[in-house]
Parts: sequence; C-alpha cells; structure tokens
Amino acid sequence: MSTQPANPEAVLQSTFFGRILTIARNTFREAVRDRVLYNLVLFVLLITASAIFLGELTAGQEARTIVNLGLGAVLLFGAFIAIFVGVSLVSKEIEKRTVYAIFSKPIGRAEFILGKYFGLCLTLLVNVLVMGVGVTLAILYVGGRELALTIWGAIFLIYLELAILTAVAILFSSFSSPALSALLSFFVFVIGHFSASLNELAKNLGSAAAVYFFRAIYYLLPNLSNFTFRTETAHGLAPPAAMLAGATAYAVVYVAILLIVTILVFSRRNFK
Amino acid sequence: MQTVVEIENLTKDYEVGFWKKKKVRALDSLTLDVAGGQIFGFLGGNGAGKTTTIKILMSLIFATEGRARILGEDISNVAMRRRIGYCPENPYFYDYLKASELMLYFGELFGLDKAKSRQKCEELLTKVGLAEKDWNKQLRKFSKGMLQRVGLAQALINDPEIVFLDEPMSGLDPIGRREIRELIAGLREKGTTVFMSTHILSDIEALCDNVAILRHGRLAATGKLDELLSDAGETQSFEINVKGVAADALRADLAHIAGATVAAKPSGANIQVSDERDVDRVLEITRAHGGRLVNVQPVRQSLEELFVRETG
Ligand SMILES: Nc1ncnc2c1ncn2[C@@H]1O[C@H](COP(=O)(O)OP(=O)(O)OP(=O)(O)O)[C@@H](O)[C@H]1O
Ligand SMILES: [Mg+2]
Repeated sequence: MSTQPANPEAVLQSTFFGRILTIARNTFREAVRDRVLYNLVLFVLLITASAIFLGELTAGQEARTIVNLGLGAVLLFGAFIAIFVGVSLVSKEIEKRTVYAIFSKPIGRAEFILGKYFGLCLTLLVNVLVMGVGVTLAILYVGGRELALTIWGAIFLIYLELAILTAVAILFSSFSSPALSALLSFFVFVIGHFSASLNELAKNLGSAAAVYFFRAIYYLLPNLSNFTFRTETAHGLAPPAAMLAGATAYAVVYVAILLIVTILVFSRRNFK
Repeated sequence: MQTVVEIENLTKDYEVGFWKKKKVRALDSLTLDVAGGQIFGFLGGNGAGKTTTIKILMSLIFATEGRARILGEDISNVAMRRRIGYCPENPYFYDYLKASELMLYFGELFGLDKAKSRQKCEELLTKVGLAEKDWNKQLRKFSKGMLQRVGLAQALINDPEIVFLDEPMSGLDPIGRREIRELIAGLREKGTTVFMSTHILSDIEALCDNVAILRHGRLAATGKLDELLSDAGETQSFEINVKGVAADALRADLAHIAGATVAAKPSGANIQVSDERDVDRVLEITRAHGGRLVNVQPVRQSLEELFVRETG
C-alpha cells in the first residue's frame, strides 16, 4: 500500500504506452457504439445460408466451396471496415473538432495516430475472429472436419493484409478528404493484389517509361498477394511456416513505414 | 507575480483558396506577457484573432512567426500540457460518449487513477451546473449550453495551474453565466490563472484584473482594467426612463440640451444626458408633455466606449 503523493504532479503519471492504450480502447468503444460490428450479423446470415444451401447439394465439394466463399467474404468485409472506418478515424475527429480537447492535453500527435490505429486493429481482430469462427462452424456443418483448423493460417494472413490496408487508409486520410482517401485505399487494395503481375507486365513492355512506371508501383504499393492463400487452403493446404513468418515481417515493416509517414504528415497539420 | 504566458512577436497567416493560395494575416506580431494568479481578459471584436492566438498556444495550429511560452516552457513541449487546461470555443466532444465517460476518458489520458477520476468527474460536473440526470446521457443529445458546461468541466480535470477559456460564457443561460462567473472567480482564489477570451463586457468588468485588447490581429491596448478605463476619460452619464409620453413629442424640446439623446420605448421614452445637471431639465420637459418619471440611473458606458474605440 503506497501513500498518497503530496506533489499533485506525481499523480499525473500517464505513460507513452498507457496513453496509446487509452486512445485505442476508446477507438474500439467508438467502433462498437457506431455499430461497426453489426456487419457480423450480415456475415453470419450469409455463411449460414450458403452452408445450408450447399448442404442440400451433395457434390462432395461443399467444404471447399465454403472455404473459398467464407475466406473471400472475411477479406471483403474486413477490407470494407479497414477502408471506411480507417479513413474516417482521424478525419472525423478533425472535422468535429474533438481533437482540440485531445491535443491540449499531454498527448503527442504520434500517440494519437498509434492509438487510433491499434484501436481499429483491435476492432478488426474481433471481427475477423468472429467471422473465422462462423466459417469454421459452417465447414463443420457440411462435414469438412479436416479443413476446419487449416483455414486459420489463411485467416491470419488476411488479418495481416487488413492491418496494412488500415495503415494505408489512415495515411491517405491524414492529407486528403475521406471520400478521396477511400477511393485511393480501394485502388491500393485492388492493385496490391495484382502488383506481382504488374511487375511481369513491366518486363514484357517495350517502353522504358512504362517499365519504370509499373516497377515504381510494384515497389511502392504493398504486395498483397503475399497474403493470399485461399485456393490452396480450399485444397487442404496450410501456409508453410516460412510464408507466415515472411508475411508477418513484411506486414510489420510496411505498417511501420506507413505509420511513420502518417505521423510526420499529421504532426505538421493545422487544425482549422 | 511570475509571468506564466509569454507571447513574443506571434504572427499567423492563414492560407485560403484552393489553387491560388492567398494569405490572410490573422495575427500580426503579437507580444504579450501575462502574470500568474489573475483573471486575464483577452478582448477583441469578431475576427480580431483571439481564437487564433489561443489555438497557437495550444499547438493546434502553428504560428507563421514568433514564439510563445507557457509556465516557462515552449508551447511545443507536450509534457507542459499536464499543467494546463483548455476549453475551446463552442466545444464539441464525442457523440457516442456520455458526459461522465468523457470525463473519465480524459482523466485517464492524464494518468489519473480511476477513483480520483471519478471523484473529479462528480465534483466538476456539479460545479459547472450540469444536472445529475444528464451525466449519463450521450453527448450527441446535449444542447449548446450543456456542451459548454462539459467543456469547462473537462478543462479542469487535471487541476491546471493555468486554464485557457475561449468564450466561456457562450451559449449559457443567465443562471449558467452566473454559475460560471462564480466558478472562474473561485479558480482565482485557488491560485489558478485564468486566461479568457470574451466580448461580454459585464463579465470583463466583474472578473478581469488585466486585459489585452486585440484589433485586426494587433495588440491595441493592454494593462489593468481600471487604468485603461480612467485613461479612456470615464464620463458619468445618466439614463432617464419616462412613460406616458412618446419619444417624438420630446425630441424638439430636448434638442436644446447638449448631448441629450432620446430613444422610443414600448411604454414611453429613454433619454440619456451626459451631465447630471441636465436631469432636472429633462424631467421638467417630460412633465410639460404629460409624461411621468419611471427611474433615473447612472450609466457606465466607459468599458463599452473603450471597447468600441479600441476594437473599431
Ligand atoms: N481556418 C481559417 N482559415 C482562414 N482564415 C481564418 C481561419 N480561422 C480564422 N481565420 C481568420 O482569422 C481572423 C481571426 O479569427 P479568430 O477566429 O482568431 O477571431 P476571434 O477573435 O476569435 O473572433 P470571434 O470573436 O468571432 O470568435 C479572422 O479574420 C478570420 O477570418
Ligand atoms: Mg473566437
């Protein structure tokens, strides 16, 4: 039992990580209260309906189809949240002037961005976990026991992809409007999945300018095909450990770079 | 008394326009020192640059030129903000939080422990006059004046040494204004410095020890309120309210009294004279027209005059 410090300043002892955690928790609370988790109801309906529908047909492919459909839906639902909640995360606070009260307190701009980011990652984690459980149950329902565990490797990769996408959305929204940021993030999401083919395309192109252009996109945009393992999972394969480790490292580095750039941009921002 | 706010040569240009950026100077080389332990009034008309100055002090926007220090620390020092409070102009907070949740959230950001946060939350929400039934209501359902009260409460959660209030009386009803006035006076008694912007003259007269007056982003005057007022050449004038006679009927006769003005009122007329000796003459004229006296009172238009002259 410690005694009450006499110096009032000693009471005010929030730490760097403590403040980030506080902001992250509040961001999660905001998402829950803004009904971001309601999409789960839609997801569960979708997956239940398809499980029942596929259960009627006995072609021996049900489990495989559920995996393909289910993992595709996890990615799309997750991407939807990452982009739309991600772009409004910071811009809404600026627009509604709630940042005024925040930044007059001992909160650094970096702490705010990190707190917001991890808060949304937490929201996505809950979403992806619940959706993953939904897919697992649907697989068990159609009798694909051996696939029920295998899918979690692919789900982990999807989560990493969503973590990158969230960082992309926050970066765009730190200097452009929410609508434009959503559009740009969506492009990154789509092109990111084809960026490996872009590199191939660049090699086959004659013009040097085109080669540089596509190569620049290839190196700049996240290579999201690193996180795609849906078809293989449907065939009963789990992602190898090396792939998981590589994808994790790639995601961590990519997210760190995006967050640093976001913080640099955001730290110079005037709140008008 | 120690200087707690030092503003040096502060200048702010806003960039407006999308393609052709045009610069608008909102603040022009403001230099100002504020001593601690007082209520400092930061005055100026609409668009004078009060909010701009306070936002620069809070590091919400960045100055084009100049520097400022609060409590001896540069304004960019994040740790210094443990010791200050701020209530923005027309504050707005998270829609999805309740008033009490907002207070606890902010308490947590300061690193207050739960028990202490809860105690401060109750104490402050009571102090700003927010009805207890509203404590657990979502802020999206709050009226402007209720948000203003929450804004003031959150500014004090860390027992700040200096608090910056941007138009603290805005949106408050008469009772609210009196409560907040008492709250602000109470802060000074506790030794908290209050830096408030306002254009409500009666609040300035009732509260402020020293003032600075801004005009078009420049410092127009600064000093003790009493001294500024005596410099302004305080003239005592009188206001006479009469009834039973129309203002127009009096106008011709009153024209003979130098400096007298007449205004029509619903039940009669309001006459102002700048010399005490003219009061009797006004009464005679009124009676001659069949009017009756309601009251006579001295008016102190000095602060208003000062304000008009310095901000006009
Ligand atoms: N975001 C902005 N962009 C461009 N100009 C701005 C911006 N904010 C303020 N200004 C300009 O800066 C000047 C000072 O504005 P400021 O808000 O500081 O005035 P104020 O003294 O607080 O006025 P009020 O009493 O109306 O609150 C005004 O001319 C205003 O038009
Ligand atoms: Mg203002």
